Amino acid sequence: MSPIQSLIKDLADQYGRKRESLLPILQGVVEQEKYLSEYSMVEIAREIDIPAAEVYGTATFYSFLEVKKMGRFIIRVCKTITCSMKGKSQVLFAIQDMLKIKIGETTADGRFSLLETNCLGLCHKAPAMLINNEVYTDLTPEKIREIISDYMTK
Amino acid sequence: MATTYQLKRADFVFKNENDWEQVLSSIIRRSPQELINELISSELKGRGGAGFPTGLKWKITSELKADKKYVICNADEGEPGTFKDREILQRVPYKVLTAMAACGYVIGSNEGYIYLRGEYKFLEPELLKVIDEFEYFCKEINLDFKVKIFMGSGAYICGEETALFESMEGKRGEPRNKPPYPSTFGYMGKPTVINNVETLAHAFTIFKYGAKKFYDLGVQYSRGTKLFSVSGDTPKPGIYELELGMSLQDFVYEFGDGDTKAVQVGGASGFLVPRKKFADTAIGYQGKLTGISLPTGGSMMLFNSSRSMFNVLDNYLEFFREESCGQCTPCRVGCQQLLIGIKAVKRGERPATYLDKLLRLTETMQYTAKCGLGQSVANSFSSIVENFREEMIY
Repeated sequence: MSPIQSLIKDLADQYGRKRESLLPILQGVVEQEKYLSEYSMVEIAREIDIPAAEVYGTATFYSFLEVKKMGRFIIRVCKTITCSMKGKSQVLFAIQDMLKIKIGETTADGRFSLLETNCLGLCHKAPAMLINNEVYTDLTPEKIREIISDYMTK
Repeated sequence: MATTYQLKRADFVFKNENDWEQVLSSIIRRSPQELINELISSELKGRGGAGFPTGLKWKITSELKADKKYVICNADEGEPGTFKDREILQRVPYKVLTAMAACGYVIGSNEGYIYLRGEYKFLEPELLKVIDEFEYFCKEINLDFKVKIFMGSGAYICGEETALFESMEGKRGEPRNKPPYPSTFGYMGKPTVINNVETLAHAFTIFKYGAKKFYDLGVQYSRGTKLFSVSGDTPKPGIYELELGMSLQDFVYEFGDGDTKAVQVGGASGFLVPRKKFADTAIGYQGKLTGISLPTGGSMMLFNSSRSMFNVLDNYLEFFREESCGQCTPCRVGCQQLLIGIKAVKRGERPATYLDKLLRLTETMQYTAKCGLGQSVANSFSSIVENFREEMIY
């Protein structure tokens, strides 16, 4: 049994093998692997006995369930109105300068992926971003350089 | 200029009260009918934005017979400019849980869910601890009620109640046809009460202090207080609890930076109010006698004169285009075409009159889209285009 297969089996044991368990299982795999490969989606389909197309259809609906290989740290910068008014672009430039990647790309060492996302619900502390599940607010290019260099050593 | 200053602050939701145990014990000593009457007489309306009377929701579900019923707390707070629910769950989660248990007691349900948006995953560990403590106390007073957290995964549309059920059932978060409404056919096809986080927090206040205290605040048709998420061009962004029915003029007087050009009331799916209409606009549910009354989920975004309204609209439409679930054509294609359309007008590839065509398109979307997302694009689009037409063209 491959490591992903046993991960999926564990998750299915925990959440059940019903259709309602699909989202928690998908989230569990993403938590570990950072994305859903075709292989893991087929395996999930097999484990809870539903068509693989259904798994794919569900996974691709949700923006936090990636189906493309992602880095270990996924940076999601909020691009909705308040953040974009309060200097989101400068924040993005600072990240791009440091990591030498564009939006939607992953660094060559597989450490960082950079994405934009819709409203994070932190408008009063704009601009804001998430790195995995961690929240960062009131960002400035200076702050970005500190945060990212911190992550570079992790 | 407003000479009489009328913004009424309140402090109920975030008031730290360590007596939820007593409140819950006293709730289950009363009859379900009594609790429903209390809620109905408080005239509490849903604080998520739609404004359906909460007491009525509970009443309908309580009268149905079913082997299983559910209580769901909607914490999929995705509307641009709203962040109050996060703060409630962070600071006073036990109020929400108490109200959920009260609802379970009233409708005859022993299973509650909090649908927490994926962006708020960082709240989960702390919330689980509170739930543990809460369930332990429920057991002590012989109240059979369990709460589980269901995590979302980044989809604005899942805040729509039926889309939320679909998502919990492991499917794409696509809204269902209504009716049937959640009260009769909700999660897993069972009768379900689904309330916004803030609504539940207010229900706690009402059960603790009585309906009258709540009813005495606010104005006719818009009773009680409301949390406002204030952001944008303001010297003091944050969350404020204010009485409903205030005039927008007073609001801007308090929160504006002196140069406020417009206020977006109710987030991207709400209305933009330009400066000249501040005085005639009140914040509350529909039905006030004078002037325009705007409902809101609590999002108040201020823009000063340095902001281009074209960029604002462009940002909203991009948001809607991405968050439209794609299920119904008016919304899926409509959002795309509106975005392409305003860009074409701005670049001069289309005449200014093309904007009127786009306005008619939003009207069509309002009539034909399946759910609130597609229907409400017209709100922000028409209020921005009609009030700031020249900014769209030049």
